[in-house]
Amino acid sequence: MSTSGKLAEPPDLVSELEPPVEPDAKHMSGFRETLHFALRNRKLVFGLSVTLTMLLFAIVGPFLAQHGPLDYGGVLSSAPTTKDGYWFGTTMQGQDVFAQFVTGLRLLFIVGALGGGIAAGIGMVVGFTAGYRGGVVDDILNMITNVVLVIPTFALLLVIAAYLQVRGILTEAVFIGLTSWPWAARALRAQTFSLVSRDFVDMARMSGRSSRQIIFKEIAPNMSSYLFMMFILLFGGAVLIAATLDFIGLGPSGTISLGMMMQLSVQNAALQLGLWWWFVPPGLAIMAVVGSLYVMNVGLDEVFNPKLREL
Amino acid sequence: MSLLVDDLKVYYRTLAGDVRALDGVTFSVADGEIMGLAGESGCGKSTLGNSLIRFDTRMRYVGGHATLDGTELPIWDTLGMNAFRFKKISIVPQYAMSALNPTRKIGDLTADLLTAHGVSPKQELPELRRRLELVGLDPAVLGMFPMELSGGMKQRTVMVLSTLLDPSLLIADEITSALDVSTQKAVGETLVGFRDRGFVKSLMVITHDLSILYQIADTILIMYAGRLAEKASGETIISSPRHPYTRLLISSLPEVGIRYAEKKLTGIPGTPPGLLNPPQGCRFRDRCPLASKKCLEAPPFVEVEDEHFVACWEEAA
Amino acid sequence: MPVLKLDRVSKVYKVGAFGGKELLAVRDVSFDVQPGEVISLIGESGSGKSTIGKMILRLSSVTRGTITWDGVDIAGLKRGSLKTYYRTTQGVFQDPFSSYNPIFKADRVFNLIRQSFFPGVPRAEWQSKVAASLEAVSLDPVQVLNKFPHQLSGGQLQRLLIARALLLDIKFLVADEIISMLDASTRIDVLNLLGELKERGLGIVFITHDLSLGNYISDRTIILRRGAIVEMGATEKVFGNPQHPYTKMLLASVPQLHSKWEELDPELKAQITELSASQSDEQHYADAGRLVLPSDGDGSELVEVEKDHLAAQVRTS
Repeated sequence: MSTSGKLAEPPDLVSELEPPVEPDAKHMSGFRETLHFALRNRKLVFGLSVTLTMLLFAIVGPFLAQHGPLDYGGVLSSAPTTKDGYWFGTTMQGQDVFAQFVTGLRLLFIVGALGGGIAAGIGMVVGFTAGYRGGVVDDILNMITNVVLVIPTFALLLVIAAYLQVRGILTEAVFIGLTSWPWAARALRAQTFSLVSRDFVDMARMSGRSSRQIIFKEIAPNMSSYLFMMFILLFGGAVLIAATLDFIGLGPSGTISLGMMMQLSVQNAALQLGLWWWFVPPGLAIMAVVGSLYVMNVGLDEVFNPKLREL
Repeated sequence: MSLLVDDLKVYYRTLAGDVRALDGVTFSVADGEIMGLAGESGCGKSTLGNSLIRFDTRMRYVGGHATLDGTELPIWDTLGMNAFRFKKISIVPQYAMSALNPTRKIGDLTADLLTAHGVSPKQELPELRRRLELVGLDPAVLGMFPMELSGGMKQRTVMVLSTLLDPSLLIADEITSALDVSTQKAVGETLVGFRDRGFVKSLMVITHDLSILYQIADTILIMYAGRLAEKASGETIISSPRHPYTRLLISSLPEVGIRYAEKKLTGIPGTPPGLLNPPQGCRFRDRCPLASKKCLEAPPFVEVEDEHFVACWEEAA
Repeated sequence: MPVLKLDRVSKVYKVGAFGGKELLAVRDVSFDVQPGEVISLIGESGSGKSTIGKMILRLSSVTRGTITWDGVDIAGLKRGSLKTYYRTTQGVFQDPFSSYNPIFKADRVFNLIRQSFFPGVPRAEWQSKVAASLEAVSLDPVQVLNKFPHQLSGGQLQRLLIARALLLDIKFLVADEIISMLDASTRIDVLNLLGELKERGLGIVFITHDLSLGNYISDRTIILRRGAIVEMGATEKVFGNPQHPYTKMLLASVPQLHSKWEELDPELKAQITELSASQSDEQHYADAGRLVLPSDGDGSELVEVEKDHLAAQVRTS
């Protein structure tokens, strides 16, 4: 209800500009058109290539490794060499850095997908419901979101770690998922709110659409880029949180991850001793994956939003 | 002469090229004159108003001059314009009333504004209070947050703030568009009151609403597709316009008293040309019932009778 | 002939934290619409006119009173019967760019209609139906089909929405400020289109704040203030012989093209002030549960001034 005397916003300045002609876009169906623009977007292509390369490496790598990640037996602290398949050198304890690297890389993707996925799932359910229903439902969900948001996750994890002698990657991923959904829920709720008040939702209702159809066919697709991007951000966030947890020693037991590699290399004074091959690959890998995901995100926004394409 | 604009050209940068939003306009505003600047979306009126005071990042200065009270305005130089803004030339921008910082009280906003321009807020306070009362606002408004005020009150507050230092020229960009009819009248009358009391010397009122301009403006300048079409006194524009566009525009406006059943009004077929690659010559050519081969050459904006300017080959003849 | 009838309709919103306060947006409104008649709801912001439009379109629930279509209460319609209702009554809103889902092409709105209402219709037949609709609103299919909303102008988008409504054989159209965001030269074309549709038997609820538009197009006019009807009747009678002080004030404040603003005479001014004082914002909001609706005997009833012209009595308390 407006009591401010405001009736209508005059047309935006942008309408003064002529809409440029889209080349060759006239004869394509919706999906193919999106693909057409996707393949032309440099940021997307770059980000995607880097991520996919790393993913490929993560899948294929463990088959290429000559040794197990935790096997001892190599020459201690040796630099990268082609001998015996120690391509990334060895740790101070004689373990194969390459094997550890590819194992860690695989775990990175698993934690990211799982942790990010769980967070995204919960965030979506909470966000959509709160945004679409509003009222009391929204108030209650908001309270829950706020409570989870302020829980000190590290403290909680330390407590859990103290009780669990053995922690798997699954536990880590679930934990990350269960604690990082609030900001996603908040963002989605805000987006849903703004979309629900738009006239095209009313138009859809007048076209005989049910609420469920409206959420999934009108609102969610409008946010599809947002959802996708949110998932990517949650993925990246999960990877970073996992790396941090691993670095302070709360990583999964019985295996090795990139964060743990960095932890061990610091513990063994690798920097001072010049054993760069121990910590540089894992650090670079994390940076590369998370960085390229973010770049991909920016590109995706341009692809999904027809208005941004022309600018 | 208060304001003299000579062949001003301002384009917008886009990836697709330059949009020729303002393509050579020449006119003047005398001391004490309230000039209305009217036209439809895309005509360049907002660009003109804004370019005189502040270029936004998309705008590109291409040529021409603007002179205020004998001094040239360095409109291409954002820092150089600081000396003129708020003191010599001021603006009430579009959506101003929605742009007040919601977390600060009006009085604090004003103090910041004055300090930023090198004026002591304490010194101006008595005058500020006087002016608020003159426009019908309780000076207690200074202690309120923007959301506590109605649309009309906010608009009048912004108008008082913009004219606090008695600028020579005030540009008002669509200040009545988002208001109720009764508030529009109050705001319009306030604007005229500013000129009458000497708070501002001249006014440039930008709007698409010709009927408001008829009420408050001395002269009206009609723009079309980045160029000037016609300028004359308000009375002349409404009752005896000469440019074909103005004529068609006036005859398409519904009024209380005209009914569909009795007299069907007609609009102007077609749409304004895109300004990325504007047509050669007169830009109204494609929609003009009087167009001829001559119109392939752009008609000059000439005085056809006393203080009545038109840009049309047919009318200049 | 189906009649759309509103009987003592009121709308109460819950505002404030956890719904502690109530806002009375529409009070006790009654009127009816026949097919082939245009009825205007005229009011300023906060008058409740858009809320009434939304209630007629079943986009907002009615708190008290009933809206009936051909005798059937629309509040009880669910799914199948609601769909049937939408075959007869559709709406077009103010902002053309908000009415389209920006990520899809503009003509998807036609596909939505096809999926919901014409599932079995073969492609060729559907395409000719669409072509006929587009022709009825003077749109060229080549120019508007297969384009995104941001590639079309506001006027084209609004017409597309009317074309969409015409695909169903509707009896009533709710037009909520549909031309206020369009340029002056295209407004009249869309307005004339409504006139043509009315002549073909469509009943239109035309919601606007602009008295000139209402006067141009409507057969009957309803003036709303703060959710209540203050005057209603045949357009020429309401505009020609206004009774209620609010109506008089509106007419005096409307900027006209051929006459200057009138100074409100002192008696009218006094009446307006008294009116504002007696229906203050405090009464507009009330604590939940203590809301007093006019039908409880606290409002002003409409009194017949002449045939087909009613006005609310001004309470002198």
